[in-house]
Amino acid sequence: MAKSEELRSGNDIGCARLSDEAVTARAIAATKPGQPPLVRLPATHLVAHRGRGFALCVHGATAIFLALVVALFVELLWKSRLAIETFGLSFLWTSAWNPVTNQFGALPFIYGTVVSSAIAIVLAAIAGILAGAFLAEFGPAWCTAPLSFLIELLAAVPSVVYGLWGLFVLAPVMRDYIEPGLQKYLGFLPFFTGAIYGIGMLTAGLVLAIMIVPTVTAISRDVMAAIPQSQREAIWALGASRWQGFWMVVLPGARAGVFGACALALGRALGETIATTMVIGNRPAISASWFAPAYSLSSVIANEFTEATSQLYLSALIELGLLLFVISVIVNGLARLLLWTVFRPAGD
Amino acid sequence: MHRLRSAVGIFATAFCAAGVALVLLVILGYVVREGIGALSLTFVTQLPRPVGIPGGGVGNGIVGSAIIVGLAAVAAIPIGALTGVFLTYFGRGALAATVRFLSDVLSGIPSIAIGLFAYTALVAPLGHFSAWSAAFAFAILMLPVIITTTESAIKGVPRELYESAIALGVPPHKAIIHVILPSARAGITTGIVLAVARVTGETAPLLFTAFGSQFWELNPNNPMAELSLQVFTYAISPYRSWHQQAWGGALILIAAVVLMNLAARLLLRPGIGRRVRAPLAS
Repeated sequence: MAKSEELRSGNDIGCARLSDEAVTARAIAATKPGQPPLVRLPATHLVAHRGRGFALCVHGATAIFLALVVALFVELLWKSRLAIETFGLSFLWTSAWNPVTNQFGALPFIYGTVVSSAIAIVLAAIAGILAGAFLAEFGPAWCTAPLSFLIELLAAVPSVVYGLWGLFVLAPVMRDYIEPGLQKYLGFLPFFTGAIYGIGMLTAGLVLAIMIVPTVTAISRDVMAAIPQSQREAIWALGASRWQGFWMVVLPGARAGVFGACALALGRALGETIATTMVIGNRPAISASWFAPAYSLSSVIANEFTEATSQLYLSALIELGLLLFVISVIVNGLARLLLWTVFRPAGD
Repeated sequence: MHRLRSAVGIFATAFCAAGVALVLLVILGYVVREGIGALSLTFVTQLPRPVGIPGGGVGNGIVGSAIIVGLAAVAAIPIGALTGVFLTYFGRGALAATVRFLSDVLSGIPSIAIGLFAYTALVAPLGHFSAWSAAFAFAILMLPVIITTTESAIKGVPRELYESAIALGVPPHKAIIHVILPSARAGITTGIVLAVARVTGETAPLLFTAFGSQFWELNPNNPMAELSLQVFTYAISPYRSWHQQAWGGALILIAAVVLMNLAARLLLRPGIGRRVRAPLAS
């Protein structure tokens, strides 16, 4: 009897004749370990052939998901067309924001978002990468496991809680101790001059840094842990210390992933709304001083959207949202690309 | 010299790790210290009261959070989980890669932009704020978390399991429903819990979707109170008694989110919920 006929007979499982799909499957099942399969399993073909209802559900859900993402972008673009037509590209570098005269420019908000996120990412990158290195490389197991756990919990704390803490605990400390200290010793820098309020660009940057440092830490740790142990052993065998091994092998190897972690965290800082709104001061002015109140893209939307009186005002606010959308797509796309180079599945 | 540099370097990493953990403990400690005084039975069961009248609570906010998050979960779980299935057993090539990429990108889009979308899609056309629109925004926020975790949970189930089910004559869709999904249950549930935890702490989209309310509101067609929104409103108010309530609300929020994260972690522990059931036996 031919092999295929043998497979086709389904008597042993109480079935007269098996369909083509089942035959293929039985062929695979009959394959001994270590041998090449008798037939390759065309999974998608199989799935598509039977169970139309389920396949329909799966494809329908995916279609809904895709439609939502596309609609999200199109809707923001469409609803901001009034502002785009009125102001054109100059929207991006005009700093007037006057709802009374219908003058709208995004520059103060772009500035606030960029500077506060920059402060945050610099602080968070330094602390987070080093902390990640400790968790992946140096720390003894008894303390890295609970520390990792704590740091991952920090990532889950709601942003309104960070904002609350920033507003009532951190801002007074900044006003009374840290900012006067900075002014005294680093006052020659333009960032640390001017009146001290407690809330402002620097406080916002610090709160954002606290919020994103768990992201940097957790991903850096995973990326460093993914470096093969043999590479470390190789450089240790050449006489390197653990620190040298980290510096010469682990860090260069994990570079792309660590950048990815930072980009991901940066994306989070750029879009953060509630905590920023509570501590940045909400004043649409561009000031060199980091002590001065500022404003960010997300917080102006949060504060003014429900109070927008004219169509153009509403449209300008939605355009700010669109701007935020585009920036975060770029930053996150970059992050995913960098992380993909580290964690890509073998053989891809 | 090398030894010194090594010691200093390793110390710096330990210092940073300890510092990051310390910041968390300080924040948690503050929330507990300030919030515990506000907690009482009336705080979690009563409506907010006007400024100056003592007492009052966030009862309607807690109920509102549950309704909005519940509605969002009901919409997001099937769509997210099925899209996750698509990525593993259905999708191929460019389409699957696009879906995966968009899911990753969506997870990074600021929640306020998604709130704007919910506003332009559901609030502006209907002419009023509603819990529906908030749930819509939350569902979009939950989707990428559920999709990603479902995909990785299903990928964690050995493909041989699927193939042996097929070999026994099980139709492929039934093999997915009765063999693969039950085996991936723990991972998928974890994803759902994480997604719920993610939106429970979310405030920004609510500002112009749920909007908040001073009353017991159970109809999703109306503006509704929500706990994190109440915390925000109380925090930026100028009243001391409201600040106290904000801390109390923050404590409830943090407890809920931490508990959900712990639950997600427990679910993923090997041995619990990881057993492959024998769903084929009839």
